[in-house]
Amino acid sequence: MRLDSDTRRVVSASLTLSAAVGVFALSFGVLAVSAGASVAQTCALSLLTFTGASQMSAMAVIGGGGTVGAALGGALLLAARNGVYGLALAPYFRGSLGKRLLTAQFVIDETTAMHMAQSNPRLRKTAFWTTAIALYSFWNIGTLLGALAGSAIDPQRFGLDVAFTAAFVAMLVPHLAHRKGRQAAIIGGAICLATIPFTPIGVPVLASGLAIFVGLGVPRESSSPEAAA
Amino acid sequence: MTGTAMSWSLVIALSLGAYAFKALGFVVLGARTLPEPLTRCLALIPAALLTALILKDTFSVGQEWTFDARVVGLGVAAIAAWRKLPLIAVVVLAAFATAVVRAL
Repeated sequence: MRLDSDTRRVVSASLTLSAAVGVFALSFGVLAVSAGASVAQTCALSLLTFTGASQMSAMAVIGGGGTVGAALGGALLLAARNGVYGLALAPYFRGSLGKRLLTAQFVIDETTAMHMAQSNPRLRKTAFWTTAIALYSFWNIGTLLGALAGSAIDPQRFGLDVAFTAAFVAMLVPHLAHRKGRQAAIIGGAICLATIPFTPIGVPVLASGLAIFVGLGVPRESSSPEAAA
Repeated sequence: MTGTAMSWSLVIALSLGAYAFKALGFVVLGARTLPEPLTRCLALIPAALLTALILKDTFSVGQEWTFDARVVGLGVAAIAAWRKLPLIAVVVLAAFATAVVRAL
């Protein structure tokens, strides 16, 4: 099959992104096992939950001694953003109900970003599916290898216990580009730190979610005209 | 870490819940638009929660505030992310810096 240059560019970008995420899945595997998950549970999370930030958040809370409820609350709050991505993607996917229910599993940060970055519907679809398939493969293989390795090494000795934190920092940076994002980060962080000594483990992270209500205020900086269109 | 609360019920509940959100937007609501203020609030979830997770994992153990080698890891991660290094470089540099401080 000959691919035109646009398609080649999209496929190559998808594969690069997916490979990078796959290496990152290694550290998820290592950390999930060190937080107390079995290799099977770790792999099941990547196969079934398949949304990195939520998986990591859940294991960070569990590893820190939090309850299942606290781990679940924070992780599901993070998963809610995939619902917003779904709204944005839905107009481009018009298959049967069964096909759309299957496609929904792949609605995550990376597939949405790759889809949105393309200029026409054909490239958007190519970008979505190559990213979905490559990323799902790399994410799960990386998780398995990490989980197997994690059973054999001491994460503290290699500083791997800060891997979640470092990954969260990298994920956070783009959200700080806007004023409201910075406000939500500062207020959320303050709520979390302030409640740590007084609430059960995991609850501070959940409580930080209250900071999203800064979004209720009317945005001061240029509310773009196309937002209303 | 012993006495962990990890269980299959967490794996299943998280997977079902995460899928429900994906399907809610993509299949159930479809192309409908949410009220503007709600969309703005939902878009702020990662900013608030990621910051909380970062601070919790760096400055506390259980319900105690702490200050240890992990602070160095956070500092290195912040610089690396700010310089727009790839995700994996951010993770490796932060882990390496933390391990070095612990070994000193």
